[in-house]
Amino acid sequence: MAKVKSLEELMKIKEKSLKDLQMRDTEKKGKIVVAMGTCGIAAGAKDTLQAIVSELAENKIDDLSVVQSGCMGLCEVEPTVEVHMEGQSPIIYGHVTPEQAKRIVQQHILGGKVVSDLMVRKGEI
Amino acid sequence: MVVDQTLEKVKDIIEAVKKEQSLEEGDILINCLHKVQDVYQNFVPSEAAEIVAESLNVPLSKVYEVLTFYTMFSTKTRGTFIIRVCNSLPCHVTGGAKIIETLFEELKVGFGGTTEDGLFTLEKTGCLGLCGVGPVIMINDQFYGNLTPERVVEIIAGYRKKGRAGT
Amino acid sequence: MNTGEKTSIPNEVVAPQVEARAATNTILLCAGGACISSGEESCLTSLRATLEKYALQDVVKVVETGCMGMCDAGPLMILYPEGVFYQKLKPSDMELIVSEHLLKGRIVESKLFENPNTKVKITSAYDDHPFFTKQVKIATRNMGIIDPMSIEEYIAHDGYFSLQKVLQEMTPEQVIDTIKRSGLRGRGGAGFPTGLKWELARKVPGNEKYVLCNADEGDPGAFMDRSILEGDPHSVLEAMVIAGYAIGAQKGYIYIRAEYPLAIERLNEGIKQAKAYGLFGENIMGSGFSFDLEIRMGAGAFVCGEETALIESVEGKRGQPRVKPPFPAQKGVWNKPTLNNNVETYANIPTIILKGPEWFASIGTEKSKGTKVFCLAGKIKNTGLVEVPIGITLREIVYDIGGGIPNNKAFKAVQTGGPSGGCIPAQYLDMPIDYESLKTIGTMMGSGGMVFMDEDTCMVDVAKFFLEFSVDESCGKCTPCREGNRVMHEILERITSGEGEEGDIEKLETLGQSIIDSSLCGLGQSSPQPVLSTIRYFRDEYEAHIKEKRCPAKVCRPLIRYQIDESKCVGCTACAKVCPVSAISGEIKKPHTIDPEICTRCGSCIGVCRFGAISRVTPA
Repeated sequence: MAKVKSLEELMKIKEKSLKDLQMRDTEKKGKIVVAMGTCGIAAGAKDTLQAIVSELAENKIDDLSVVQSGCMGLCEVEPTVEVHMEGQSPIIYGHVTPEQAKRIVQQHILGGKVVSDLMVRKGEI
Repeated sequence: MVVDQTLEKVKDIIEAVKKEQSLEEGDILINCLHKVQDVYQNFVPSEAAEIVAESLNVPLSKVYEVLTFYTMFSTKTRGTFIIRVCNSLPCHVTGGAKIIETLFEELKVGFGGTTEDGLFTLEKTGCLGLCGVGPVIMINDQFYGNLTPERVVEIIAGYRKKGRAGT
Repeated sequence: MNTGEKTSIPNEVVAPQVEARAATNTILLCAGGACISSGEESCLTSLRATLEKYALQDVVKVVETGCMGMCDAGPLMILYPEGVFYQKLKPSDMELIVSEHLLKGRIVESKLFENPNTKVKITSAYDDHPFFTKQVKIATRNMGIIDPMSIEEYIAHDGYFSLQKVLQEMTPEQVIDTIKRSGLRGRGGAGFPTGLKWELARKVPGNEKYVLCNADEGDPGAFMDRSILEGDPHSVLEAMVIAGYAIGAQKGYIYIRAEYPLAIERLNEGIKQAKAYGLFGENIMGSGFSFDLEIRMGAGAFVCGEETALIESVEGKRGQPRVKPPFPAQKGVWNKPTLNNNVETYANIPTIILKGPEWFASIGTEKSKGTKVFCLAGKIKNTGLVEVPIGITLREIVYDIGGGIPNNKAFKAVQTGGPSGGCIPAQYLDMPIDYESLKTIGTMMGSGGMVFMDEDTCMVDVAKFFLEFSVDESCGKCTPCREGNRVMHEILERITSGEGEEGDIEKLETLGQSIIDSSLCGLGQSSPQPVLSTIRYFRDEYEAHIKEKRCPAKVCRPLIRYQIDESKCVGCTACAKVCPVSAISGEIKKPHTIDPEICTRCGSCIGVCRFGAISRVTPA
């Protein structure tokens, strides 16, 4: 990896990863973020992540990236999952058990309908 | 023979820690003891402590000073799984007492006790920093939150199965 | 397979005639007293009729809710899941809302709810949820937003730009001056000005200095440091390099609890990634400045959060505090000058450098600048982690951000500062939360843990609980802390078991004061605080325990008794079945009774009674 020595080089990395983050110029149609702090994991986030990955595989969806993040600060509703489809505001879901995760994949990702009873927030946190 | 092999392993561990952490030498005692304890399943026997003292060139008394001061270290054998129950106020006000009672009943031991089958040791710990999902317990390095007595019984049963399969 | 089509949401799909164009599937109509009186019922009738007219009655659910609390603007309506908020409705508005919003997916601007304070129209109830809007995120800016294992995402959010600025455009003196002018104070508890600390460390002569990060977070109810390290490890790493440059140190340590394995893992990964980009280690960004650090783990000793005990532990010894002075700035790790800050303090640094000290100083109060991260735990609806401007009132934290106390219980007190702090009772709800104000009422900011207590919490029990913690965690060096706390705990044990004596409160007060006066370290000196502060504000509860053998909150088991109200009991036997000691007897369909001699006061019966027939009474 090239060492960063100047502002310009740092800027380049920033621009490139911003592009990746905003899913521009990529194959991805959206991303699913699972909050994987210890609190989330203690509340079962690993099982939730597993369920999402296998449900996506089962439905042969390969144009979504599944990524982890730190704690969103919403401990009350852990495990939390953010679904961010290209061109739409992100939706944050709370209390996502493996069963609910499957529902989110079915209803939101496949069906295009927000799972309103699990929704905690719409928009950036 | 098994013991000898493990003692060799202790030496290797210390060498690895020395190499990995090269800033200073005298300060890696605690990290070494953590790793040694992992090898011996949750305790540091006297022969291992001697090797640590020798390899790090510190008096054995100092090794024991450290071993006995920190609650995560033990010089006595402990169970395969150490269950650490968060004993802080946030877990207390969200129903921690019930979890502790359930653990006592399930394991038939008190704090500091090890179950007859050698699988579990029950200990209390300070705040684990997972107050948002309390009550919380930690089993080896796994955390479990939002606990109810039912869930505790389930988790213990899972570990029991795992432990028996392993032996 | 074309998954792109599958993943679009209905707004963009041409809906069949019966389906609404907007995603709305639930309409909440406020049916609080005020809204009913301003015409909610006729709105409901009109709404139902309009939905039927467009054949939407099966697609959209209409729910009447309790008061939404903005009675001036009633009748009110929220459309879910978009969370659009409409106000001051009339029956005649329903046609417009259904035809525009539901069918065409357009928001009806004229009926949008307006925030009475800001006069800003709110499109989404969620966007304006005070849990989010009252927060100002600096130290937690990237938490939950970036992937903590990706340095690129950190850079995408302006990470390492501060380091670039510091190394290539600023002198160490300028960095220190910037931190000083920002007014940042230590977030670990005492609130010592950070810039001053840096300056002291710089001024001590010597080539070998250390930068230390205290991540031995141990206060019950505090978990911001763990969350920051797990969610945004680079923010701390970047700040430590900056600190090294400012004070002239090339080495550093992060001392972290062994109970935080995930944070350790992410920090190690972070160091590796930063080194690969040349942002860490040798010759950083080609500036000639080098800085490296290592992680040192604790092993379960609370006292290691005290800075001199932490230094002992870093050196691989028992974590027992040293005598101050000399302060760590003069003689710290290996007796070399050492700068020690906590995780949250470091996490603020990159943003201060980037946005400027004036910007940071514009947030907060005159003497306490910036924001503070608080962890809400205990009896509060929204437990979690929040970052707010210092000087916010406790009321805003409890009721706006925290969502109030669950189950309609009354707020009783909040414990701040963990076992070193004290409680804040309801009469100070409107006090601003800053370093100085908290001190005047006998508590402290501490690391920011807030444990909420409601009317069902016994303050004597809470004090006993914290003392038990101090007894367990005392390192044993000083007799007043080691033995004094034990004796105080014994007295509290007596009081809560109904054997309190006249004069016990005074004994606790004198003993507590002498522990404060004669212990060496900050932890010993503050260990009696929870007892003294509960005595200060809840003396009547102590007296009730001692004089009347009564626990007003009905918590202390020896002082309560369970009883069954004969007029309410139907004899369903549910309680008798669940009782672990068979203390409940009675015939089916006839009122049951509890034998207080056998009863262990476990409370299982109360939970299963569906008739509310069982209650706790005190005195026993």
